[in-house]
Amino acid sequence: MPDEIKPEAPKPEAAKPEAPKAEAPKAEAAVKPEAPKAEAAAPKPAAPPKAPPVAPAPWEGDLVTHMKNRFGAAILEASTFLGQNYFLVDATRIEEICFYLRDDQKFDMLADLTAVDYPKKEKRFEVVYQLYSFPRNERLRLKAPVAENESISTAVNVWKTANWLEREAYDMFGINFAGHPDLRRILLPEGWQGFPLRKDHHILTQDDQWVRENLNIESGQ
Amino acid sequence: MTEAETVYRPHPEDHTFLDSNEIVINMGPQHPSTHGVLRVVLRLDGEKIIGSECVIGYLHRGVEKIAENRTYVQFNPYVDRMDYAAAVSNSLGYCEAIEKIMSVVAPPRAQYVRVILTELNRIASHLLWLGTHALDIGALTPLFYCFREREEILKIFENYCGARLTTHSFRIGGLQYETYDGFEKQVNVFCDDFLHKVDEYETLLTGNRIWLQRTKGIGVISAEDCIQYGVTGPVLRGSGVKWDIRKAMPYCCYPDFEFDIPTGQNGDTFDRYIVRMEEMRQAVRIIKQAVAKIPDGPIMAKIPKVIKPPVGEIYHSIEAPKGELGYLVVSDNSTQPYRVRVRPPSFVNLSALDIMIRGHLVADVVAVIGTIDIVLGEVDR
Repeated sequence: MPDEIKPEAPKPEAAKPEAPKAEAPKAEAAVKPEAPKAEAAAPKPAAPPKAPPVAPAPWEGDLVTHMKNRFGAAILEASTFLGQNYFLVDATRIEEICFYLRDDQKFDMLADLTAVDYPKKEKRFEVVYQLYSFPRNERLRLKAPVAENESISTAVNVWKTANWLEREAYDMFGINFAGHPDLRRILLPEGWQGFPLRKDHHILTQDDQWVRENLNIESGQ
Repeated sequence: MTEAETVYRPHPEDHTFLDSNEIVINMGPQHPSTHGVLRVVLRLDGEKIIGSECVIGYLHRGVEKIAENRTYVQFNPYVDRMDYAAAVSNSLGYCEAIEKIMSVVAPPRAQYVRVILTELNRIASHLLWLGTHALDIGALTPLFYCFREREEILKIFENYCGARLTTHSFRIGGLQYETYDGFEKQVNVFCDDFLHKVDEYETLLTGNRIWLQRTKGIGVISAEDCIQYGVTGPVLRGSGVKWDIRKAMPYCCYPDFEFDIPTGQNGDTFDRYIVRMEEMRQAVRIIKQAVAKIPDGPIMAKIPKVIKPPVGEIYHSIEAPKGELGYLVVSDNSTQPYRVRVRPPSFVNLSALDIMIRGHLVADVVAVIGTIDIVLGEVDR
């Protein structure tokens, strides 16, 4: 069970993370945290930084090395953006990767699971996992591209949170999570046609037939 | 061994007693104790719950789809409509997420006002929880006291921005409005008064035998289960995990303040009650420090007229009254977000309802739904 999280270990979000080790937050405690203490004295708020445009940068560290050693080509990309680290991984090995991250790397909580639709990409969906580690006090994002007619294996066996979250992703995007114990719609009614968060689904579209049959009105608009 | 520990909790695969009298009943969606439109299908053996399933979505409005069709600024008021009991927290999370992806930091004065209002909102949210939760279990009186104090907070909101519930109080980059004359005084008066009121609620409930019988040993969830189910907020702390995003991954100007994280030991309804009561006191502590130290200066950072964050994605989460409220914002450098994902604490916490009510009686479902503290506007979005 995770113990008390020490308050003096802020998340290294304002700064570029160095090594994603347990000691990393300590090293970065010296780096200025998000709260602009230094600016308190300044008469004006800091103007937007003139720094070069922010863009994802390659991420290096122990975790990346471990992951690459273990999963090799399944790790498609390891990047960091505004202090947040993420892996782009091969969807076919997602369950294995999740188990490894949970058991060996102590990412014990799945904070969120969702998807993003990129219709122009070869694999249009990106399933996004937000992991959190209580012992390391660190967040990590996993992204797994999935094509429209592909399925991705479920993470329910790794984290039970995934049950409802995967149902929601299925409901909104129509992504099939193989091995999910109960893959049904969760927010929309059963029998509804269409996946509203897909980009080709217009905001005003709805399942008129369902509305007519079940609500006895011509349209919900 | 206390009475609570001997409560029989059958395993999900258990058969019913004599395999004979399993009943399925519907609770909700129109039921006063479900705090909105939540439907729970209960499988019962006699009056003992052997399984349950939540049916949600009655309040689904497609907030995430709306976000993709509005500009960053236009979407700001919509977030208030998710957890409408804690609109200020929603607003804080959204504004900070956009500020983060734009690499903008709100000025110190704006941050202090944000903390004051957010913590006031935390108290208001907990008061709403306490009043209705106690009402569900049969204690009618606390509701009136809680709403009396909540009214004072809503008055402060009204004086500040003109709205009481869905306040739209923050803007990307800072605040729209400077505080009004007498803001600090009104907040201070409320805080001084409120600490006595919390004691008053505790005299009504904490030692009350009926309250103890209805809450002790009810809806127990272990720390391991909490983490497996992603449960955060007071429910996680009630199970003994000392984790609060304000301390673990500080945001806004929370590092400037001293406060404690209350925890429970047993992970039952009573412990969660104690945790939330203490959180209200800690919120007062934060507010008083913030009011005392509130700096002068501008309330709005320099942000472009048209907000176009750089291409990329950001996940920002804050400690809302109900737990971890996260925003995943994906930007394609246009005026509208490519995707906004809200990680709702109520939705994730509600998914643990099933394991919390197994083996209990139907009347305890009411207590457990109350103790998770859900807002259906946020569950369904």
